[in-house]
Amino acid sequence: MQELLVQYLPILIFLGIAVGLAVLMVAASLIVAQQKPDREKLSPYECGFDPFEDARGRFDVRFYLVAILFIIFDLEVAFLFPWAVAFGDIGALGLWSMMVFLAVLTIGFVYEWKKGALEWE
Amino acid sequence: MILSALAFYGFSTVAIAAGVMVISARNPVHSVLFLILAFFNAAGLFVLMGAEFLAFILVIVYVGAVAVLFMFVVMMLDINVVEMRQGFLQYLPIGGLIGTVLLLELIFVVTSWAVAPESGGLLAAKAPALTEAHNTEALGRLLYTKYIYLFQGAGMVLLLAMVGAIVLTLRGRPGVRRQRIGHQVRLRRDDVVEIKDVPTGTGI
Amino acid sequence: MAELWSIYLWPGAIIVAKIVAILVPLLLAVAYLTLAERKVIAAMQLRKGPNVVGWFGLLQPVADGLKLFVKETVIPTGANKVVFVLAPMVTFVLALVAWAVIPFDEGMVLADINVGVLYLFAISSMGVYGVIMAGWASNSKYAFLGALRSAAQMVSYEISMGFVIVTVLLCVGSLNLTKVVMAQQNVWFAVPLLPMFVIFFVSTLAETNRSPFDLPEAEAELVSGYNVEYSSMTFALFFLGEYANMILMSALTTILFLGGWLAPFGFAPFTWVPGPIWFAAKISFVLFLFLWVRATFPRYRYDQLMRLGWKVFLPLSLLWVVVTAIALVAFGWVPQ
Repeated sequence: MQELLVQYLPILIFLGIAVGLAVLMVAASLIVAQQKPDREKLSPYECGFDPFEDARGRFDVRFYLVAILFIIFDLEVAFLFPWAVAFGDIGALGLWSMMVFLAVLTIGFVYEWKKGALEWE
Repeated sequence: MILSALAFYGFSTVAIAAGVMVISARNPVHSVLFLILAFFNAAGLFVLMGAEFLAFILVIVYVGAVAVLFMFVVMMLDINVVEMRQGFLQYLPIGGLIGTVLLLELIFVVTSWAVAPESGGLLAAKAPALTEAHNTEALGRLLYTKYIYLFQGAGMVLLLAMVGAIVLTLRGRPGVRRQRIGHQVRLRRDDVVEIKDVPTGTGI
Repeated sequence: MAELWSIYLWPGAIIVAKIVAILVPLLLAVAYLTLAERKVIAAMQLRKGPNVVGWFGLLQPVADGLKLFVKETVIPTGANKVVFVLAPMVTFVLALVAWAVIPFDEGMVLADINVGVLYLFAISSMGVYGVIMAGWASNSKYAFLGALRSAAQMVSYEISMGFVIVTVLLCVGSLNLTKVVMAQQNVWFAVPLLPMFVIFFVSTLAETNRSPFDLPEAEAELVSGYNVEYSSMTFALFFLGEYANMILMSALTTILFLGGWLAPFGFAPFTWVPGPIWFAAKISFVLFLFLWVRATFPRYRYDQLMRLGWKVFLPLSLLWVVVTAIALVAFGWVPQ
């Protein structure tokens, strides 16, 4: 147990150093470089006119669908990880249990393919 | 040892603080960002308990996938927070009622909690010591064979989620011209090019 | 007091020294990757590339870095200031901390955790946040659109990457990166799993927003994508993070498919060369592929990109998981 935690300590320290480095770089540049903001400089990028509306408008519902499908497949991958690791120990039952699981999800995949959910227009 | 204690208090304090910020932040995008911070610290707590697999799955699934969806939703909804706050007092009585009922239920559950007599059977499948097998492997040994029905049930739930998502969000747009790659590849020169021999000065 | 020194401070100092020993070469590699990119692409287009600053242009990255450093940090008025500054830091920090689990040679790894593969997968799945946060916080149309596209693209290719990683794990039976490399002593996984190697490489291109999948920054339509409002060091952090990510993905490809630090043949004179040098050489080769692809292929269209990810790579990699599992059982090659 203790050994396991010792393995993670360097990651925590690394995280601290990386965050420190990032903050340091931005802060140092802020201090060293000359800051001379003006109204036009701070306006959002646009082709020579003021933006007509707020940039954070509505966007295509398709992006949600991609995100939801991604969650589902990500979970599928999450189920595959321990299976792949324990593959030598779980024998034929383990293999076929996963095959059935994948077959069920393949049905879903075929459904979404046929429905055109994977088309981007 | 003191380091892991420090890490525990650090992670739990930040997790709770981030949880409070999730519900109190004015901007929904900030709420989601605090939620991600809370997930991270929960993952840290999992690691402290030796459950490294669960810790990383928490990060991969919740931070890497679920929170991305949340992010999409709150970014697009463009919620006007001030407007939403106006209804606060109006909904307070009914919200308080639901909250009280939930609290009572929780109290009942906690006070009437007992160990099931047949739980002894679960010991037969207890997790092996860390020295014998890492917890990913230990999980893999049980999940696909001993708990096969639950596992297949999870597969069904995922299938349902997939179908549900498509039924709810897919709106076919009429008149969209799609690229048909097979069709493009099959095209031969004769299908698309026609050469007319036009005599000079006559036109077509 | 002596105990405090021997239990906490001394090991702590060693860890910090190791981290510095990883960070300094990494940041140098990132700096010179930018130069290498310009040189390689120039050579492929029969140009010279940067050749003025320093001998052979070798000081060009330093000049670029210095220029960015002394520029003004512009934070747009409409921007959400905290998130705006946080976004590049997230990208940069994630690209760095991933290196904690990369093994450079047998035993030469900062944190030899049991779930190294999961750690890297988790880090790469979080890479999307830097982009989304930047796009949203900028409050600029181009940045927002670029971020959305980029996010959808990154998550789409993440799935096939996951399946590819699972096929490799099937052949290894462990999530530890050192064990993944040691399992390739007889044959590199790029040979038996060649289709997966190709899918993985192409997915890493999409995951790092590299050409031909650099739609998020498609300069012709989105000017620069999610980082259009960034300047000075905040932009530099995005840039550094992106290139560090490229090197990271090359390292991951090397570990999963090209035998990590192992020599290509297990006999002299190949075994005389130390492991880290082989590792660096293989990473450089994969990075060269990144640059080669950029100099060669035109940009994908967005619907084609989604089609490739969801309709080609996903079913193919899923099928390959099944084929690998059955083949391993049928031939009795299941790792113990």
